[in-house]
Amino acid sequence: MSTHTLSVLVENVPGVLARVAGLFSRRGFNIESLAVGPTENPEVSRMTIVVAVEELPLEQVTKQLNKLVNVIKIVELEPAASVQRELLLVKVRADATVRSQVLETVQLFRAKVVDVSPEALTIEATGTDDKLSALLRMLEPYGVREIVQSGMVAVGRGPRSITASAPR
Amino acid sequence: MTSATSRSESKPGATPAAASPAQLGNRPKPAPPAGTPVRVTGAQSLVRSLESMDVEVVFGIPGGTILPAYDPLLDSTKVRHVLVRHEQGAGHAATGYAQATGKVGVCMATSGPGATNLVTPLADANMDSVPVVAITGQQTRPLIGTDAFQEADICGITMPVTKHNFLVTDPVDIPRTIAEAFHLASTGRPGPVLVDIPKDVLQEQTSFSWPPEMHLPGYRPTLRPHGKQVREAAKLIAQARRPVLYVGGGVIKAQAHAQLKELAELTGIPVVTTLMARGAFPDSHPQHLGMPGMHGSVAAVASMQRADLLVALGARFDDRVTGQLSSFAPEAKVVHADIDPAEISKNRKADVPIVGDCAEIIKDLIEAVQAETERGGTQDLAPWWTQVRSWRDTFPAGYEWPADGTLSPQYVIERIGRLVGPDAVYAAGVGQHQMWAAQFIKYENPRTWLNSGGLGTMGYAVPAAMGAKFGVPDKQVWAIDGDGCFQMTNQELATCAIEGAPIKVAVINNGNLGMVRQWQNLFYAERYSNTDLGTHKHRIPDFTLLAEALGCAGLRCETKDEVDDVIRRAMEINDRPVVIDFVVGKDAQVWPMVAAGTGNDEIMAARGIRPLFEDDEVSQ
Repeated sequence: MSTHTLSVLVENVPGVLARVAGLFSRRGFNIESLAVGPTENPEVSRMTIVVAVEELPLEQVTKQLNKLVNVIKIVELEPAASVQRELLLVKVRADATVRSQVLETVQLFRAKVVDVSPEALTIEATGTDDKLSALLRMLEPYGVREIVQSGMVAVGRGPRSITASAPR
Repeated sequence: MTSATSRSESKPGATPAAASPAQLGNRPKPAPPAGTPVRVTGAQSLVRSLESMDVEVVFGIPGGTILPAYDPLLDSTKVRHVLVRHEQGAGHAATGYAQATGKVGVCMATSGPGATNLVTPLADANMDSVPVVAITGQQTRPLIGTDAFQEADICGITMPVTKHNFLVTDPVDIPRTIAEAFHLASTGRPGPVLVDIPKDVLQEQTSFSWPPEMHLPGYRPTLRPHGKQVREAAKLIAQARRPVLYVGGGVIKAQAHAQLKELAELTGIPVVTTLMARGAFPDSHPQHLGMPGMHGSVAAVASMQRADLLVALGARFDDRVTGQLSSFAPEAKVVHADIDPAEISKNRKADVPIVGDCAEIIKDLIEAVQAETERGGTQDLAPWWTQVRSWRDTFPAGYEWPADGTLSPQYVIERIGRLVGPDAVYAAGVGQHQMWAAQFIKYENPRTWLNSGGLGTMGYAVPAAMGAKFGVPDKQVWAIDGDGCFQMTNQELATCAIEGAPIKVAVINNGNLGMVRQWQNLFYAERYSNTDLGTHKHRIPDFTLLAEALGCAGLRCETKDEVDDVIRRAMEINDRPVVIDFVVGKDAQVWPMVAAGTGNDEIMAARGIRPLFEDDEVSQ
């Protein structure tokens, strides 16, 4: 199975997330990650859905999604031709003895410290799944207390916009 | 606004069901010019919208939250409301009406249990792609989400079993939502659409104007086929030595039966019609091999198994047609034409996919095949026909009389078809009687065979026949039902009797859940667990007395000699519905049969007779 990233433009109406999520579950497709947010057009929301399927089922996913009346457009974003990012917030145990070492790791990964207390740091990092996993591996020895991670968002490279091009 | 979100705005006036301003003028109150807003309640707006969509009949039951809509409905001279006995009956009646007429069927129910009772018919219409609009009341907006009395999240519940659904939260949206619901239901691949309207939305003052502007940016069904794909398909048709036209219900929905006949006769290719397509191609036509699939004719199943080309037209390679997919039509290339792109290559990979309206596709195919023939000619199909004919002649549709001397159900159904004729409409339930009605009644015209193909809903026949009768009142409408099915929905006979829908119901009463019993006989060592309904043993219920109680004529037939006479008597009674209790043997079985999960090569013409098992040679 390979991972595919779908950018789905949907009408910004109630229930649309349930329609999309319901379709995946009842057709037996697994969502690895899902991120929904507004676009430059207030009537349109954008979902970035990561699915692990073979080529043929992916075609079925896309076609079935397209049948949903509230779905406007679907584009598959190739990893090489797109920028893909996830956001990670991680709370790490870091008292005075190890704080400087943790901060070094934070700098190494171009992450940010967003909250400090005497015994812990909260770190914000963005990047690909690989980078975030690597950061977490580095932080693990100090004691990770809490992790929260967003779904992936992605945008195609180059000047073209999928929201500006003609409807599918 | 970016072009990706550009609205595919179309006026509902473009749909065939829309009313012209002149027709609107027939209302009792003089209508203002089209487009001029008038002050009305949400409920009045709903009824006016239905009138503007040319709805002639609504099947439903009132209740708490839909009450406001029933008040203006009382004044409507255009929309007739038929008060059914159970919401499931309303839903199947809307389906039967739509199947028989090609128009959108409409049903109405209150919130909560009224709405949930519509779920089965909506799922049924969804599987069989029937244009139905369901309107449900909902609790008032402030009460939604509070587990209020008769509250059910019907939009959430019906999401997977409708083409789309709406919750109207502002009365000003009612005309647009109704127009969109009818547009979605009737265009592209048809299907059911539910519109849920809170009670306070129906009560609130609002403005009504017609036609509204639709806003469906994500809905653009492809109607015109791709020229290159059509030419590719024509090329395959011209090269094929063993082709089969595999015709599905889409041909009836696209009203493409005339084009289909032309294509079939132009190419000389054998035709099979699926359970949903019975009537799309005349049964009397010499090129017709009958129905494919689990209980299809040997000729239809065998010719598909041995074909080198399947031209699927508005069909979806359902598991009941293909049997085990891996061994289905192993040598065939596939041309798959359908209006729903998601059907193409879903089950069987298509070599040439064509997305579009079947009528357009077949019309273009005819031209492309003609061009191809002029250029390079076609293959001689005579050897293929020799083979196909031998299957047809060796294994014709047939049945044996029960050894115990009881009445043969196949004979009863065959005689009904013969005496009533191909101009009537037949609606079946689900089970053995449905298969026999598909096999032994000869269909010549589209929209004369109604049944629950995809969902397999027992109890479909009586309410569907009722709906059909309201759609085509001048035609005879026969429900071919089983005693199991009949006991699920026969309450609608009261509706038929009171509202003036004199349908005929032939109850093929074998005292058992016959199809389940057949499987128990074949696959569960004759252990008949819970399939005896007691309708023979105890004569409970007595169907003739039940019929009388429901305001119908009740007849009974138990011997071969009485069959023709009782059918003729039923045909003569037209002032009320008729129920005939045909007491038939319980051991009759549906043959041919491909056992579930096995390949179509394993087809048995009758118990123990496998036409294709040793005969693997195909004459070329």
